[in-house]
Parts: sequence; C-alpha cells; structure tokens
Amino acid sequence: MTVMPTTHCLPDKVAMAYAAGTLPEALSIVVASHLSMCDESRASVEGFDAVGGALLNSIEPVRLESDDNLLISTLALIRGGPIREQPAPKESESLLPIPLQEYVGTDIAAVPWKSVGLGVEQVVVKTCGPATVRLLKVPAGVAVPEHGHEGLEMTLVLQGALIDHPSTLQRGDISIVDQHCTHLPIADISSNCICLTATEGALRFKSLSSKLAQVFRRI
Amino acid sequence: MGVDWTEHVQRISEYGDEAAFAELFHYFGPRIKAFLMRGGTDSTLAEECVQDVMATVWHKAKQFDPSRASVSTWIYTIARNRRIDIQRKQRRPEPEELDRRYKEAASQEELIEFQQDCAKLGEALKSLPKAQLEMIERAYFGEMSHNEISEVTGLPLGTIKSRIRLALERLRHQIK
Repeated sequence: MTVMPTTHCLPDKVAMAYAAGTLPEALSIVVASHLSMCDESRASVEGFDAVGGALLNSIEPVRLESDDNLLISTLALIRGGPIREQPAPKESESLLPIPLQEYVGTDIAAVPWKSVGLGVEQVVVKTCGPATVRLLKVPAGVAVPEHGHEGLEMTLVLQGALIDHPSTLQRGDISIVDQHCTHLPIADISSNCICLTATEGALRFKSLSSKLAQVFRRI
Repeated sequence: MGVDWTEHVQRISEYGDEAAFAELFHYFGPRIKAFLMRGGTDSTLAEECVQDVMATVWHKAKQFDPSRASVSTWIYTIARNRRIDIQRKQRRPEPEELDRRYKEAASQEELIEFQQDCAKLGEALKSLPKAQLEMIERAYFGEMSHNEISEVTGLPLGTIKSRIRLALERLRHQIK
C-alpha cells in the first residue's frame, strides 16, 4: 500500500484497512485516537465499515451444525445478564484520548517518560504485533527524532503543534507517510509538543544528534 | 435487497424480545460463521464465536445507532473485533463512544434513505470488476495484510459518509 504524505485526516486506504481490521494493534491505537478527535475521519471509517456489512450480507452462509442447540445455548448465555444501558459519556478530560488511556492511564504526567537525549522524552506503549507505538515529548523547536521504518509511519499530535513542511499539524491532526518518504517534522517554536507515533518494523533511532544538529542550523 | 433488520434490534433493546433475537440469529449466525471460516477459523471455534458475537448483539442492542450503520454493518464490526481477538491475539482499539442518550432521533425518512444507500452499496459491490471485488473480500475476510490493500474506486461511499457525518454532528451538539 503506497501512501502519499497526508495530513489532518485519514486517507481512504488506511480508513479501509482499519475498518477491515488488518492494521496491527500499534497503528490501530493511533487511528482510534485520531477518530476520537476527528469526525471527518470517523465518518470515513464508518463508511468503510458499511462495506464490511455489505460483504457479510452477501457472503455464502455456512450452515450451523447445531442450529437450534446453538440458539438455545446463546439464549441461556444472554439470560445471565441484562441488556446494557447506554454507557455514560466517556469524554476524555485529559489530553489523552480514551483509546490511548486504556493503555497508559489518564494522567500524562504519570506515564514513565524516558529521556532519549537532547530534551526529547518517550514512552513505548505495550502492544502485540509487528509495529511499535510510543508517546513522544519534543521540546519547542526541536525535531521529532527520525528512525527507520519499513512500512507506514503515523503521527498524531496531542499537544502543541508540529511543523511538517509544508503543513502544520495541530492537536487531533494525523500525518501518515510510507517508507519512501523522508520528512522531518519539528515541534512548533511556541510550545512543547506531545505526539503519538507508530511505525512498522523495528524501533531504532537513526543518528539522532546529527538530525538535531541539522534542525538547529535551520532554525 | 435483504431485509431491514433495524426493527429487530429495536425490539431487543426495548423489550428484550427473544423472538426477534432468534430471527436475527438464524439469518446472521451462518453468515458470521462463514465470515470467520474465510479467515481461517475452524468450524467448531467459528460456532463458539457466533455465540459470543450474537450475545454481544443482545447486550449492546441499545448502542446500535441506525443513523450511522445498518444492522449488517454493526454486526460485521462485532464479528471483526472477535476475529482480531482470536486470530491475531491482539486487542482492537476503538474510538471513544459518543453519547446517544439524549439524542434527537433522525427522521424516519432519513433512516430509510440511509438504509437504501447501504443496500445500494451491496449492489455496487457485486457489479465491481472481479479482481477488485476479490481484493476487497480478501481484505475484509482477514486474508491479506494492510500493505496489500490498493485504492478502491467505483463504490458509492460518498453519500453514506456524508449521512454519517451529519449524524455525528447531531450527536456532538447533543453532548454540548
């Protein structure tokens, strides 16, 4: 899947992959967090869910071996618990979206930040599958450390802003690039930036200091 | 086109109607099983999952929003999440739920039009070039990775997306 650099909303192919359930968990956390903040993208994903619904409708059914028994045992199962009421709104009060809170808790200050040098801090979120997701805290004016990745790289801004030439990403905006794209997003000079970044393949920073030096010269 | 199952889910959510549930079960059970088996699940496990998925349909009936999804779509999402759980042993992060408790209902006419759009989508899928339909099926049935997904054209998703967008806007205004 070749994805051109995009910003703000989800490209169709990624919306479809999320709706089809083929994204690794780490990438899905970034997408689910973005959807919590962007109705445009949510509508797109729910549109692609409808494709799944249409396929389920038209699939050649496979007979249940014990149709009536299975219904009876399912009824027994549901009689054990009531129909749930509408859940209370879980509007996030912290800057962490709900899907991310399920992994790292509600308090951004309480996550175990680790320094990766030059003021940048990170925490890797524990997930399964062939991709890595981490929270990054980048001081104002500093570049997001670059790292090798073999597939998609997704970045979601949670606080501050990222300058990803030629566009600026604000809170809730997502940027998705593939391995063919080299870019160097920089935290906006006005405040520190917190973002959620997921990459496919191994997690390894690439010559951090040289990249930072490069950025400092530019600023 | 198929039956509109919206009323069945509403009967479950309002009255705990087991007869409505049984009809849904007979229609969707064999389809959920087929869906899971396409992704490589064996028959026995697939039937266990049919039971889980349909139990979730019962318990979450009140969360079904007919202005944003058809019943097939809603059940698809529950079955998909179950599949990710059993086949990949991964969690499925979902966006935050929107509060529907004080929702101003969409008009009957809007709901019917939305269901018709979903039915049209089903027709459009069937008339896609064979290779493209196969790609979509393999993607949704868990037979390919996201890197293999290519651009899809020729699906009437525009109207569906804008109706969902409108429904979301309504929910947002209710919350504030």
